[in-house]
Amino acid sequence: METPLRRNLTAYTFLLPWLTGMLCLTVGAMLFTFYLAFTDYDLISSPEWVGFDNFQQILRDPNFWISIRATFTYVIFSVPARLIVSLLIALLLYREVRGIGWYRSLIYLPSLIGTSVGAAIGWRNLFADDGPVNAFLGLFGVEGPNWVGNPSTAIVILILLSVWQFGSEMVIFLAGLKQIPGYLYEAAIIDGASAIQRFFKITLPMLSPITFFNLLMGTISSFMIFTQVYIITGGGPMKSTLMYVYYLYQHAFNYYNMGYAAALSIILLIIIGLCSTVIFLSSRFWVHYDG
Amino acid sequence: MMVKVVGAMKRRGIRNLLRHAALVAVTFIMVYPILWMFFSSFKPDDQIFSTSRLWPETWTLDHYLAGFNGELGMNFGQLMWNSLIISVVVVVGTIFSSTLTGFAFARLRFTPRRFLIGFMLSTMMLPAQVVMIPQYIMFHKIGWVNTYLPLTLPSFLGTVPFFIYLMVQFVRGIPRELDEAAYMDGCSKFQLFRLIIFPLARPAIITMSIFSFYWTWNDFFGQLIYLSDPELYTVSLGLSMFVDNTGNTQWGDLFAMSILSIIPVFVVFLIFQRYLVEGIATHGLKG
Repeated sequence: METPLRRNLTAYTFLLPWLTGMLCLTVGAMLFTFYLAFTDYDLISSPEWVGFDNFQQILRDPNFWISIRATFTYVIFSVPARLIVSLLIALLLYREVRGIGWYRSLIYLPSLIGTSVGAAIGWRNLFADDGPVNAFLGLFGVEGPNWVGNPSTAIVILILLSVWQFGSEMVIFLAGLKQIPGYLYEAAIIDGASAIQRFFKITLPMLSPITFFNLLMGTISSFMIFTQVYIITGGGPMKSTLMYVYYLYQHAFNYYNMGYAAALSIILLIIIGLCSTVIFLSSRFWVHYDG
Repeated sequence: MMVKVVGAMKRRGIRNLLRHAALVAVTFIMVYPILWMFFSSFKPDDQIFSTSRLWPETWTLDHYLAGFNGELGMNFGQLMWNSLIISVVVVVGTIFSSTLTGFAFARLRFTPRRFLIGFMLSTMMLPAQVVMIPQYIMFHKIGWVNTYLPLTLPSFLGTVPFFIYLMVQFVRGIPRELDEAAYMDGCSKFQLFRLIIFPLARPAIITMSIFSFYWTWNDFFGQLIYLSDPELYTVSLGLSMFVDNTGNTQWGDLFAMSILSIIPVFVVFLIFQRYLVEGIATHGLKG
């Protein structure tokens, strides 16, 4: 028999890389963020303790509130839209028909490239003044707006780009649909339930744990939007798309206000924590774990 | 009777047809933006926006050539090469750290095991942006800004908990009898890992490699903050600088390079499709 000491030693040899990363890059960095948030630091002179100054300044900064508003608008529209679209398309792709593999792959394709700079460039030009979207609207006699240049439509481009990438949610819904036992539907058909009743009484409740997972992960990742803002709108026009992480980026890497930016990232952590808690608490009322 | 059956078949046929029609419509809408950019990259600049026709009237390769012969003030080949190096190193690092950690969590006994696993899982919810600033300051202090180290080294230290979770789940599914047989034959823990578990974990390793490859390839934020030397620029940075510098007039060149930047991800996708979709379905990895 090997001794507990030896056993631990072997295990920790395997864990060494992960533990190093964990202590330095995650835990250490977290603690460092908390410290920095209470300092004034520009990367050159050493950090200077300023107490709650950063937080007070942030709460007084109109741009902070503008970015909160823009980010929440984005999250509140894009997350549910993506959930609904991904579920509908999953229902469409669920039935095995000829060529289903091709349909699934092609529909998933945008999600694969969607977060890249290249896709953002394409998306932006799709909504150009004389781009395909406005050309399409023109077919119906509608004169399309100047999407990128108009404060009320710029955020729509970002939301639509996010909806275009519903692929991973869709694949997770598809896997969930396959888990629903067929006898439930058979019993419902015998009882004379219509297709719509079957969807609301069987499919939706049975999928609710998966909807919950998609909602939670989708919400967290939506708060992180950056590349698309940087490439497509640059936070404009008139700060209408000044998303939180972009605002944070400007303070950290354009103005080198590291303490201020650290305080911003702690506020972001709190916001995400609160949103996750709300989603978790609400799940009691709509997520069914019994099959 | 006969009439009824034929009627049912007809109805089914119609329903099938409707389903295909819906699928074709959805697929077309989804792929259209990519197709539009693809065909536009072969059109002369003055035809990109003036016509709503997808198919180019005249084909030109100028935009692609411009990206490689330095007309645009940068060499696209070099950018692709830089992105490729970073991505491949990150894939290697991810495999290294995740298999070791996953094996230890799934198979080895140590204290405090449950606590550490719980801790690892809880970090999955931690947004990367929250630790970015201190990490930047650390790497800045050691003088690693403007090198590839801040982008590649963390992968060797298992900083993406999703991948570790994926490995733990997969290794748990490998029958324990194999371990016992290996120990009977005198294998050490390390030999068990190297000779039995690692080779058997191939499907999970492939899934993980694909994801880490295209996450790194598509990454913009990390590269933007750590790299400012044009020699080190990646595809993402090159494209974004090009957007800034040209004031968006040379659409064709921009589209051609965007298309080129997508191709490696596309190729990986075509080859490994099966693993990718399975990986998302079973582990909920985000795209």
